[in-house]
Amino acid sequence: MPNNQQQEQSQASKSSSWQSVKNDWGTDKQAFDMPWGKLMMWIFLLSDTFIFSIFLISYMNVRMSVTVPWPNPSEVFALTIAGHHIPLVLIAIMTFILITSSGTMAMAVNYAYQGNKKKAVYLMLTTALLGASFIGMQAFEWTKLIVEEGIRPWENPMGANQFGAAFFMITGFHGLHVSAGVIYLAMIAKRISQGKYDNKGYQIVEITGLYWHFVDLVWVFIFAFFYLW
Amino acid sequence: MTEMENIAIADQVDDSSHPNSFLTKYVWSQDHKVIAIQYSITAIAVGLIALVLSGIMRLQLGFPNEFSFIDPSSYLQFVTMHGMIMVIYLLTALLLGGFGNYLIPLMIGARDMVFPYLNMLSYWTYLLSVLVLVSSFFVSGGPTGAGWTLYPPQAILSGTPGADAGILLMLISLAIFIVAFTMGGLNYVSTILQARAKGMTLMRMPLTIWGIFVATILGLLAFPALLVSAIMMIFDKVVGTSFFMPAILSLGETLDHSGGSPILFQHLFWFFGHPEVYIVALPAFGMVSDVIAVHARKNIFGYRMMVWAIVAIGGLSFVVWAHHMYVSGMNPYFGFFFATTTLIIAIPTALKVYNWLLTLWRGNIHLTVPMLFAIGFIFTFTHGGLTGLMLGNVVIDLPLSDTFFVVAHFHMVMGVSPVMVLFAAIYHWFPLLTGRFLNNSLGKFHFWGTFLGTYAIYLPMHYLGFLGVPRRYFAMGETDFIPESAQTLNAGITVSAIIVGLVQLVFIANLIWSTFKGKKSGRNPWQATSLEWQTAQFPPGHGNWGEHVPQVHRWAYDYSVPEVKDDFIPQNISPEEVEYLISDENNSREDK
Repeated sequence: MPNNQQQEQSQASKSSSWQSVKNDWGTDKQAFDMPWGKLMMWIFLLSDTFIFSIFLISYMNVRMSVTVPWPNPSEVFALTIAGHHIPLVLIAIMTFILITSSGTMAMAVNYAYQGNKKKAVYLMLTTALLGASFIGMQAFEWTKLIVEEGIRPWENPMGANQFGAAFFMITGFHGLHVSAGVIYLAMIAKRISQGKYDNKGYQIVEITGLYWHFVDLVWVFIFAFFYLW
Repeated sequence: MTEMENIAIADQVDDSSHPNSFLTKYVWSQDHKVIAIQYSITAIAVGLIALVLSGIMRLQLGFPNEFSFIDPSSYLQFVTMHGMIMVIYLLTALLLGGFGNYLIPLMIGARDMVFPYLNMLSYWTYLLSVLVLVSSFFVSGGPTGAGWTLYPPQAILSGTPGADAGILLMLISLAIFIVAFTMGGLNYVSTILQARAKGMTLMRMPLTIWGIFVATILGLLAFPALLVSAIMMIFDKVVGTSFFMPAILSLGETLDHSGGSPILFQHLFWFFGHPEVYIVALPAFGMVSDVIAVHARKNIFGYRMMVWAIVAIGGLSFVVWAHHMYVSGMNPYFGFFFATTTLIIAIPTALKVYNWLLTLWRGNIHLTVPMLFAIGFIFTFTHGGLTGLMLGNVVIDLPLSDTFFVVAHFHMVMGVSPVMVLFAAIYHWFPLLTGRFLNNSLGKFHFWGTFLGTYAIYLPMHYLGFLGVPRRYFAMGETDFIPESAQTLNAGITVSAIIVGLVQLVFIANLIWSTFKGKKSGRNPWQATSLEWQTAQFPPGHGNWGEHVPQVHRWAYDYSVPEVKDDFIPQNISPEEVEYLISDENNSREDK
């Protein structure tokens, strides 16, 4: 591991966290010991965090301001399987898949830093595949809500109209993020297998991973606020 | 772990990457300096449209019913487009896209932005947003007339001008602008944090860079609110959702909306809108600090405090937004909270004003054109800031809300003041772009015309506001509580506004003439210390620094250092290279 020395240094400087903050910001050239792309991804995710937070706060606001009752999530998000009415079953599977994909992504990063290109590429593609299946199930869920329950952005036979509006808008925006992530993962995996990062190092896998973990984390909040509240 | 892997234009120059065709050099350019000029020209062009719009508005206000081409609808459309263009497409784009792009790599000693391609995309996306915005003048119904705040429900209901296509184009254009800003902004922040020259610590950066840095962070965190509210309003308009739309009875008919919250939009809009004020103001604060230090030949007073004031103002700007909404209906305790935070902002802001004055105090003041504009800025900003203190209090704001007093306040503080700094900056950095000065006499004429002219416009407006003259009204009609003399004053304001508008044409003419025929400036004409003037080539070429990236040995404000031969020491001069007065006889000055 070439990073050992550096890790020791950072361990030493962690003894006083304010000292390390001071060292970081007092330095010339680079304030953070990371590649440019990685820092840029962090800042982008910070900005994106604000976007999702504002979406969710707006959703909470309209949910409180409506006068018509909000539909009961365990009824809206239920599937009838073999005659049994099971609430939240689909979303439980979707959430499980997305969190699993975070695990495969983390493994991809690990293998990439070990220099195991092949395994990293396979794991990234697995992650993309899991993401794609998440999108597929989301499409199924939307179809069920639209076709069977008759929920539209502008109307909702089960309660407040804003339920459909906020649900389709926010899960749709998140779905776009997942779709973009799938394309991004596939693209980067292809470029790695072509050997385009052989000289630069494999930090790109971690950068891709940052984005992917962020999208998963956002899902946890959407899950909590839409399905459990 | 880092340096070897980060090879790119900002660190190392690769000779093969220099563009040589006209297209790659000036159109699809990835050079931050060319992108900056593209940004600036686009912003100034669209700003001129907004200037003409304001002139038309003033014609109507000064001489009602004299001009048949202005009807109530088109008046509202001009008001709206003037405001939105000036705030977003001119000021934000010119300060960050223009000056940010030009100055960041040069002032911190980088060869370019960290991701030049993304930077290029940022400009072309910005141009697209401008084109979408301008196209709304040509659709049926014209541009939106909802006011630049775009408050729903009226913004998207019939009866408001441009409620069909105009408002949609406006919202789409804003969304595209935010994408453009994000691409540029990520670049600015990453470049400042990660690509500084050796020795350029954060606390050695010129204040210009600090202002741009904090403003960009504000933008990255504030624009999401505008993006989200634009998306939701587009849904309300196109799909028929009711995020912002309550149950409405319009002309006896119940509309299809119900249950939404118009106040939510106001909160989201001002959560963006107030930081936006500082997105415009902070780069201006930074640039004016540098202009004042250079032209007073004195180090900026209280550099560290100036930095922390910028950071504090940036942080506070996120917790004051509801002072724009005192009349919207709010819990009184909220009003108390937001009034308090608003007044607290006065502390770091006043600190900055005092520090500018103390920098001037006993300085060797050169009344060059940039310096005139910088001093003019201190006047206009102080006046605009003091009325801000008045309006920050709930009890004073309530009667003055939606009057000309508010118009006068925000034009002084975030219209005229940043524009004064922009002029100062353009006169100051023009030689760096072209190797030529802007014409001095025309510049002085431009300054006095603008400075006195804006006072002639906005001082009477405060008085009109106290009389109760409301803003955004097409015509006053018969009003008991407003004396007839108010109309005379309005006519006077209009004449001043037209004159100020014409004076800007002199400036544009000066820009064009001086670009080709201006007096040659030579290297570093203002004898500034900061890195942008110390490039190998002058004006700087692609890659900025020739063979070697400069090494920084000092802060950017070593002016009039005692015992030193010259009255300034550039940042890249090492302690050994400094020439002192005493040991002066044996050294030649040829290297200077």
